[in-house]
Amino acid sequence: MSIWRLIPRLILLVLLIGFLASPQSFEFVFKPLVQANAPAIYNQGSLASLTFLHVRMVLFSTALATVVAVLLAVLVTRPFGAEFLPLARTVVNIGQTFPPVAVLALAVPAMGFGNGPTLVALFLYALLPIFENTMTALTTVPQNVADAAKGSGMKPAQVFRQVELPLSLPMIVGGIKISTVIGFGTATIGSTVAAKTLGEVIIAGLQSNNLAFILQGALLVAALAILVFDLLSILERSLMKWKAA
Amino acid sequence: MRIGLEKTGVLMAAFILAATFALPFVVIKPNRILQGQGRLLFESLPSWAGIGLTAALVAIALCLIVRLPSAMKLVLAMAALVATVLALGWAAHTQLPPGNTYARVSPGSGLWVLLFGLSLAAVDAIARLKPSPQFRLLLLVVAIAIIGGIFASGVLAEISVAKEYINRSQAFWAEMSRHATLALGSMVLAFVIGLPIGIICHRVSWLRAALLNSLNILQTIPSIALFGLLILPLGWVAANVPGASAVGISGIGVAPAFVALVLYSLLPVVANTVAGLENVPREANDAARGAGMTDLQRLVSIEFPLTFPSLLAAIRIVLIQNIGMATIAALIGGGGMGVFVFQGLGQSAMDLVLLGALPTVAMSFVAAIVLDALVDFSKAPGTEARSA
Repeated sequence: MSIWRLIPRLILLVLLIGFLASPQSFEFVFKPLVQANAPAIYNQGSLASLTFLHVRMVLFSTALATVVAVLLAVLVTRPFGAEFLPLARTVVNIGQTFPPVAVLALAVPAMGFGNGPTLVALFLYALLPIFENTMTALTTVPQNVADAAKGSGMKPAQVFRQVELPLSLPMIVGGIKISTVIGFGTATIGSTVAAKTLGEVIIAGLQSNNLAFILQGALLVAALAILVFDLLSILERSLMKWKAA
Repeated sequence: MRIGLEKTGVLMAAFILAATFALPFVVIKPNRILQGQGRLLFESLPSWAGIGLTAALVAIALCLIVRLPSAMKLVLAMAALVATVLALGWAAHTQLPPGNTYARVSPGSGLWVLLFGLSLAAVDAIARLKPSPQFRLLLLVVAIAIIGGIFASGVLAEISVAKEYINRSQAFWAEMSRHATLALGSMVLAFVIGLPIGIICHRVSWLRAALLNSLNILQTIPSIALFGLLILPLGWVAANVPGASAVGISGIGVAPAFVALVLYSLLPVVANTVAGLENVPREANDAARGAGMTDLQRLVSIEFPLTFPSLLAAIRIVLIQNIGMATIAALIGGGGMGVFVFQGLGQSAMDLVLLGALPTVAMSFVAAIVLDALVDFSKAPGTEARSA
């Protein structure tokens, strides 16, 4: 990444950390947005701890989804699971049309209010892009490369570990990237079912008509999503270079 | 193995059998809020019917495991789906204590898993038949006709969700049309704005990266927040621009929801326009230039038809995204099916949540199936000329 693309990201990171460390120092930015006696900085809890919980929830559900999705994708691309491949493709295609709010709302009867339904919704929503990308990557490994590996006497497990998986890694990371960004946004909606995320800040703002709260929640989530997206993009690119080498 | 075993069928059969024997088919609740008591499928129906349907489901599960023609499996799965839904209505009828207007019979987890397993079987059979787009649309029409027929017949009238519907049927259709208007209207406006931007981006390369990057960043702003953030500017417009409030622009309600949906839709529209234009073969453009076409003629008669499939793909992305996001409009008074979802969540009345969520899911599915078929049509050889 060139220096000109790096600097805005670094500034964003510094601002994010600075704001979380001391929200009150930024009061002057948000003051013009609120009425004279309304609080300009979220005062119903700690922004830093909500940010931490938000990030933890997204990372946890995405990590779990990554493990499950990659395992499933490996399974349907082996001879044993080949019969499942067309079905898996269709299910992924249909599953992605399911609105996140609906997943969240439908998980509530099963899980009750709180973090549970949000975790389930985030997990299910993260599964599909990762599964889709892993499946595509594994099915598009150049045939001659796989054949050459087999010809050189590798066992199927070795071909997988030393050829197929490394070649597929950049696309898998690409899937994780999509899932994480969707997750950061969807987790905010989780606050409508009482999950502890930055959505609380936004909803508090909507309820008390406090634009400063809404903006703080929005900026924090957007900044986190952009930074994580960039981080994963860097990882994706370096994996690509490593693959080419 | 001489009788070929279907591994996919084993998975589906497992879902069907688990749903039939281990999970509650319906839940009987003393009122619309309280938790209820689950009943298995054969407990929910009069004894002979319960045993008959259970036996039929076991038979279908066995049929799915062995190798049979896909068309036959499709018919079996669809028949079982219809039978299951009818059984749900019947179960509600038999299980409701007579004269008790507070008690509710809700669909249980067994019903959902059963529907999931059977739909999986139907979807698998359809995928194996490799249907043409026409056939897929025909199947969709048949499915809608069957579902519509079941609802119209009143068989399901005693299910908890139907009772929530009957109590607010007018509001339901009003919110439904509001939801559709929000999703479709914002998509149309996004195309009106996004197409010219996409064309400019294609021709002016330094603008492309900057604009697409900004639209990308816009997408990372969570939807609830963007809805909320638009309250202030739109409120200002309503107060200060003459005539704005007369056409319905105000800080809360439909206007911010509509604008937010348009903003989210711009990225797919612009990105797909640019990608589509980039894929137009250079020879086509060169030939057109050679034939003396102006830039505008070239755009209309060469570039646009060749970009069409890419634009259809954008319509699919935007429509599905908007149908889902329009649900959130309810949080800022913008209406739509989210009204029922969030009311239901607020009252912890899960049947009301279902009344809002199920139609939203159905709308997304229908939009996806129709647009996938159209995308396939537009890609089929020989149709480009017609769409021009």
